Amino acid sequence: MFEGVPLQWFLVTGTIMFFVGIYGFLVRKNLITILMSIELILNSVNINFVAFNKILYPGHLEGMFFTIFVIAVAAAETSVAIAIIINIYRRIVNIDVEKMNEMKY
Amino acid sequence: MIDFSFTALILLIPLFMFVVLGLFGNRFKPLVSGIAGTTGLFVMWVLSLITAYMYFFVLEKAVDGTFQKFLAVNMRWLTLTDKLHIDMGVLLDPISVMMLIVITTVSFMANLYSIGYMKGEKGYMRFFSFLSLFSFSMLGLVVATNIFQMYIFWELVGVSSYLLIGFYYTKDAAVAASKKAFIVTRFADLGFLIGILMLSYLTGTFDFITLTGPDSPAFTSGQGVWFLGLSTMTWSMIFIFMGGAGKSAMFPLHIWLPDAMEGPTPVSALIHAATMVVAGVYLVARLFPIYVSTPVALDVVMYVGAFSSIFAAIIACTQYDIKRVLAYSTMSQIGMMMFALGISGYGGHEGLGYMASMFHLFNHAFFKALLFLGAGAIIHSVHTNYMNEMGGLWKHLPITHITFLIACLAIAGIPPLSGFFSKDEILAAGLEKSTFLYLVMMIVSGLTAFYMFRLYFSIFWGKQTQYEHTPHEAPKTMTIPLLFLAVGALLTGLIPFSNFVTSDRLPFVAHLEIWVAIPAVLIALVGMVIATLFYRKENNLPEKVFLALGGFSKAAYHKFYIDELYLFITKKIIFNYISRPIAWFDRHIVDGTMNGISFVTNEISFRIRKFQSGQLQQYALVFVSGALFLALIFIYLWTN
Repeated sequence: MFEGVPLQWFLVTGTIMFFVGIYGFLVRKNLITILMSIELILNSVNINFVAFNKILYPGHLEGMFFTIFVIAVAAAETSVAIAIIINIYRRIVNIDVEKMNEMKY
Repeated sequence: MIDFSFTALILLIPLFMFVVLGLFGNRFKPLVSGIAGTTGLFVMWVLSLITAYMYFFVLEKAVDGTFQKFLAVNMRWLTLTDKLHIDMGVLLDPISVMMLIVITTVSFMANLYSIGYMKGEKGYMRFFSFLSLFSFSMLGLVVATNIFQMYIFWELVGVSSYLLIGFYYTKDAAVAASKKAFIVTRFADLGFLIGILMLSYLTGTFDFITLTGPDSPAFTSGQGVWFLGLSTMTWSMIFIFMGGAGKSAMFPLHIWLPDAMEGPTPVSALIHAATMVVAGVYLVARLFPIYVSTPVALDVVMYVGAFSSIFAAIIACTQYDIKRVLAYSTMSQIGMMMFALGISGYGGHEGLGYMASMFHLFNHAFFKALLFLGAGAIIHSVHTNYMNEMGGLWKHLPITHITFLIACLAIAGIPPLSGFFSKDEILAAGLEKSTFLYLVMMIVSGLTAFYMFRLYFSIFWGKQTQYEHTPHEAPKTMTIPLLFLAVGALLTGLIPFSNFVTSDRLPFVAHLEIWVAIPAVLIALVGMVIATLFYRKENNLPEKVFLALGGFSKAAYHKFYIDELYLFITKKIIFNYISRPIAWFDRHIVDGTMNGISFVTNEISFRIRKFQSGQLQQYALVFVSGALFLALIFIYLWTN
């Protein structure tokens, strides 16, 4: 699978995913969507890892391991983040990020 | 060689008493603390007598026939460099052993006396613990092995003097007097410290034995001209003398001594007559070989001593507070001791003045302590300090009367009482040096006899005053010290002092100079006769003379306006032209800068705090743009 696909394609895909994630993170107001944007950013990095591992060091598995590691950490992080979001929702009945400015000056 | 290390106990006992009485004194009955303190001092007294006996009579002399000068106890306390270190210890030589006797005797007597005198006073145990502290510090001062140890204990005596002058801390005058004493002597000690630093810088040592030994580094270093035509060593000795002059109440640093009489009378007897105020004399005597090598500094000692002596004697004739008369008399006598040191040379008969000075110090301690304790007994029974409110007390206070008379005769220099012998030596030494100063000292002798008998007659004879309560003789604890000291005043003059205490520690024979003695006794008698005429019976002669002398006597009555001069200098000049500008500078420039910095910081942070909007995405935007910006810069740098 993916034999003969040039490296650039993977990189372009990763870059697009990355900036889509950044854009979503900066623009969307819903906390859940922001969380999804973060996942996009992480996965764009994962794609880069896998692609570089496959093309540059075909016999090695470090890139793969790292990707699995990132996925695991992201899962944990997401569960914590969702717990926080639920708590925030319980408190102010809203998950709009702009309403959360209790910590300002 | 005898082991003298037990002398450390002489120091440690009063320290121990101070700590015990100071911390636990409240738990005892007042009388118990008094007796405990006195017992401690009694042990100390016995120990010093043993020390003196062993030192002078048992201990073999050095090869050249001098009394040995050695460290009985020594421990390194603070190491600055390998060569320069500060030790604590006990140095024994004739003057320190002599001072041990003086201090412990008077200390013990004053303590014993205080048991009766302070009875029923508030803070009884506080008084005794402070007395012990004083004894400890004064003994530490005299046995100091090095000049730094001396300085430490020097300050400690200053503190204990401060505490005891201000003992009646509810009385404004006492508080003011204690502050005055402390500040004036502290100011003088500034000079002392500068002198010590200069001396130790030049010689590289603090140690007395090295400093005053025959090949002392002080004789060679710092002899070049440095400032105002005087060598560095001379200046350092003058600075050190400044400290001594402050403690010994020499003109112009004497202003604290008369005010110090606000303290309880036993304190005046112990600290401000017999022991602490002679610390300055002791200091000069201790460093005497160096003073001899710097003649200008020694001349300063001489002139300051002579001037203070006559200055104080004149004032003493005009005062009415009996303790103040005695205070000025003390100053005058200490001036004589300083003068005697100042005219002295080093070694053998040349060192007559040195020996006379120490002799006078020794005798003076006894008769002046006796005078003060007697004055205390009088004040105790008639409840006033002013001699014009007294009179005719001889029949009420027989023991005090006799002992006071003995002390007056002793200080006036009537043979065969103690003052006669030492004063004779001083005058003899003075005559060898300068006729003018000899005449000054003669006048001082006459004045001394006059004011002492003015005091004596005004208190015990004069007008028949009616007292509210019939005065009664003091209790035994007070009269026993009086009697003991009276015996001392009678007999100490007979000690052949030149066999024990001399400038080079080599005994010599001092003869009684008959041609000096006769005029001295005559002038003392003249003073006494005038005093008798004036004050034996109530009459208006003193008033006439006082008026006849006009402005001079008025000035003397006002102590020559020295206090006013000090107030003028401090309040009008220093406060207005130095302290105020400094305060202004501090408040406006220093504080202003600091306030300005905090104000600006505050203002800026107030303005920029809006950046902390709490909007997560705004932060993220800033972060991402920053990261992008940095990434672009790095890419740009790498690609070029």
